[in-house]
Amino acid sequence: MQLKPNEKLDIENILKDLDKYRPKRRGWTWRKGTGQRRKIGEFEYYDTSESLKQSQPLPAAKSFDEIDPQPDSIITTEIASGRFEDDIRRMRMAAWHGADHIMVIRTAGQSHFDGLIEGTPQGIGGIPVTRKQVRAQKKALDIIEEEVGRPINYHSYVSGVAGPEIAVMFAEEGVNGAHQDPQYNVLYRNINMIRSFVDAAVAKRVMAWADMAQIDGAHNANATAIKAWKVMPELMVQHAINSMFSVKVGMKKENICLSTVPPTAPPAPCMRLDLPYAVALRELFRDYKMRAQMNTKYMESSTREATVTHVLNLLISKLTRADIQSTITPDEGRNVPWHIYNIEACDTAKQALIGMDGLKEMVQIRRHEGELARKVRELKERAILFMEEILEVGGYFKAVELGFFVDSGYYPERNGDGIARKIDGGIGAGTVVEREEDYMAPVTAHFGYNNIAQYDESAVDNPSKLIGGCTFEDPDKIVFIDELDENDNVYKRLEETREFRETSKIKPEMEWQGDGIIQITLFLPTEERIAEVAAIEIGKRMGLEDVEVIHKEIMQLAEGTRIELKGRVPFTIDTSELVIPPKPEVMSDEEIRAEIEANPMRIVAATVGQDEHSVGLREIIDIKHGGIEKYGIECHYLGTSVPVEKLVDAAIELDADAILASTIISHDDVHYKNMKKLHELCVEKGIRDRIIIACGGTQVSNELAVQQGVDAGFGRGTKGVHVATFLVKKRRELKEKLRNED
Amino acid sequence: MKRPDDFETRRQHLKDLTEEELERRFWELAEKIVDPLIELAYKHTSPSIERSVLLRMGFSSIEAKAIVEGAVDRGLLGKGAGHLVYRLAKEKGMDIREAGLKLVEGEMWDEVVNIFRGGEH
Repeated sequence: MQLKPNEKLDIENILKDLDKYRPKRRGWTWRKGTGQRRKIGEFEYYDTSESLKQSQPLPAAKSFDEIDPQPDSIITTEIASGRFEDDIRRMRMAAWHGADHIMVIRTAGQSHFDGLIEGTPQGIGGIPVTRKQVRAQKKALDIIEEEVGRPINYHSYVSGVAGPEIAVMFAEEGVNGAHQDPQYNVLYRNINMIRSFVDAAVAKRVMAWADMAQIDGAHNANATAIKAWKVMPELMVQHAINSMFSVKVGMKKENICLSTVPPTAPPAPCMRLDLPYAVALRELFRDYKMRAQMNTKYMESSTREATVTHVLNLLISKLTRADIQSTITPDEGRNVPWHIYNIEACDTAKQALIGMDGLKEMVQIRRHEGELARKVRELKERAILFMEEILEVGGYFKAVELGFFVDSGYYPERNGDGIARKIDGGIGAGTVVEREEDYMAPVTAHFGYNNIAQYDESAVDNPSKLIGGCTFEDPDKIVFIDELDENDNVYKRLEETREFRETSKIKPEMEWQGDGIIQITLFLPTEERIAEVAAIEIGKRMGLEDVEVIHKEIMQLAEGTRIELKGRVPFTIDTSELVIPPKPEVMSDEEIRAEIEANPMRIVAATVGQDEHSVGLREIIDIKHGGIEKYGIECHYLGTSVPVEKLVDAAIELDADAILASTIISHDDVHYKNMKKLHELCVEKGIRDRIIIACGGTQVSNELAVQQGVDAGFGRGTKGVHVATFLVKKRRELKEKLRNED
Repeated sequence: MKRPDDFETRRQHLKDLTEEELERRFWELAEKIVDPLIELAYKHTSPSIERSVLLRMGFSSIEAKAIVEGAVDRGLLGKGAGHLVYRLAKEKGMDIREAGLKLVEGEMWDEVVNIFRGGEH
């Protein structure tokens, strides 16, 4: 199945014949073409990777020949809507914006589910990660990666009490990366520590066989500790335990990624705290990969604030190292992430990293002197002291029992508020058994004691030989379960939203097809509490359902409050009933040039009224910006803040074919008032029937401009060619009209 | 436990080490902490591990669950759940899947117990 950029992904088609689908490839893929300089558009880049075949560039790329340079880090997006079928569309959008690591969050509670879940039930804050959902998403990504021209890494979680089974299912389904860290289970999921480590060894060995990248769970200490910057020594210890454990189980160091977060955020002086930590960590773990996560700990509901923190986090990535750059959606503090914020987060990373391209050529960290050097050493020493004490008290399990971890003290300081777990407590306690002397498992990628020799000496290095190959060698042995729940499944959900795929009806959408959710930003000139209640009333009167305030910010205690609201629109729009004005027609450069050569054209132009903004108009006129001069149109630019009268007089004096007027300022509709005046003045002077009037500006709409009496209005995004096309066509029309009147 | 920051006293044995030596020490300690955990994992198994073996042998998650539960109930998990299926198939001349499905249906467990514990009881 091949995708066309202007065609939607067909979810039903993805679901078809899933039982027979085999993933295109296995294993993690890094970006290609890094470490070399690359010319893209007019610039030379130092830190990029191969460009995409198809992509959606940053908004400002309009002014840079639509280039879309790709940073050298893998970019992650985390998707968690709870409906995998809707997440697939989001994955495609994210891939177009540069994401090549799609992390699928699991539904709340899955880590305590002792076994695999099957089918396609809906989840909360993520999907139940089942074979069917994984296979469907992997199949979609196999198509999407062809479309954008870069491998996409699919990722989820191998944690909880069913780790080994999930790892096997992931290996079979070609999942490319996963979180795996037994410490996460112990500390945050209260899964028994013995069970957790015993399971982890098999899970990791399976992941190693499948060449998956592993991400650890240390960053959670950051998100959990009250003062996240105090746990820095411990974070390094947690990374070390998981990394060393993984290596000993057989995982390659280059597949082991540390999940690291800059621990603080403004108003803390975060760079001074976060940067030494980032340096110390990358030095200690130089053989391992860095997955730079963004700070979530101090995230409130302001998407702007979150974005700034994340850009600061990206600066740390740039100054140190990020093999995988994670992105956190800026709305995470208030919603399960919405489509648009996944995309914003990807763009934030791409924009910041590309903007800082080559920074290290010019800026260097002062590694060997001063505050940073002292702090780096101190952090390393504190981490060492932490590990010495773990061994002193009798090892890792004992240390957990004594509440060593996630203590809010800056180790060796202790505040006695760490997370303590009992060795015989937690979920899955007492379920681990010793392998007997004749223990045997006739499968590939199994860790631990395995008495294969009792049956076949020659199968010791290849245990699955005993059964003629396991599912890893022979995928046809995999048993695919389709659906188990006749009510909670994708087909039922698709039935409910069918009209949005098969008719011309649409509804706004944030998470799920047809959810109808919209967001409104408003300012209310009153104090916070009143503003909140008033805003909800406003939402209701606008006809919205389920109105909720998702963000409020005091502008000034008495003067007013900024509010962001969400709600659902109860109606659908039938796009077939819309009157959609045609897209501006564009003639070819040659055609316009030929016309102007045959019939020379002269125009006068200015920004009118009290407007000093000349950039837009210059872009339309100037030859160097691809403006209308390049077609041979004679342009007389009168400057800025030109009175309408002067513009009309100049047009008469020069016998111009057209007047081009521009206004950026739209306050109190002054832009439309000026248009009207311009039109009326031309009428008064008796030239209106033989002159073209075109007005432009960022806030100008063609319909409203024409209502003021001028011939056309040009808004944001207009290029010289649009205006030239209009002028040529309009002049033909006028001539035709005059001829008919004669 | 509560304790003030006594970093300066504790670090005395580290203060003269080079950073290279510090890093080496860091990794030696990590290894010492992890070694017993690896040893533990090497010698033990769990229901999830055994279900993961059965998945690889070509059973569904539902089938694997039933077989592992049967093995736990009979105290046979330490033999390996896949082992039980393998051995039953071998002894009875069945293929792996056929033998496993019998166990899923609650059949032939007596034979399994006999094979593995016959001599011991």
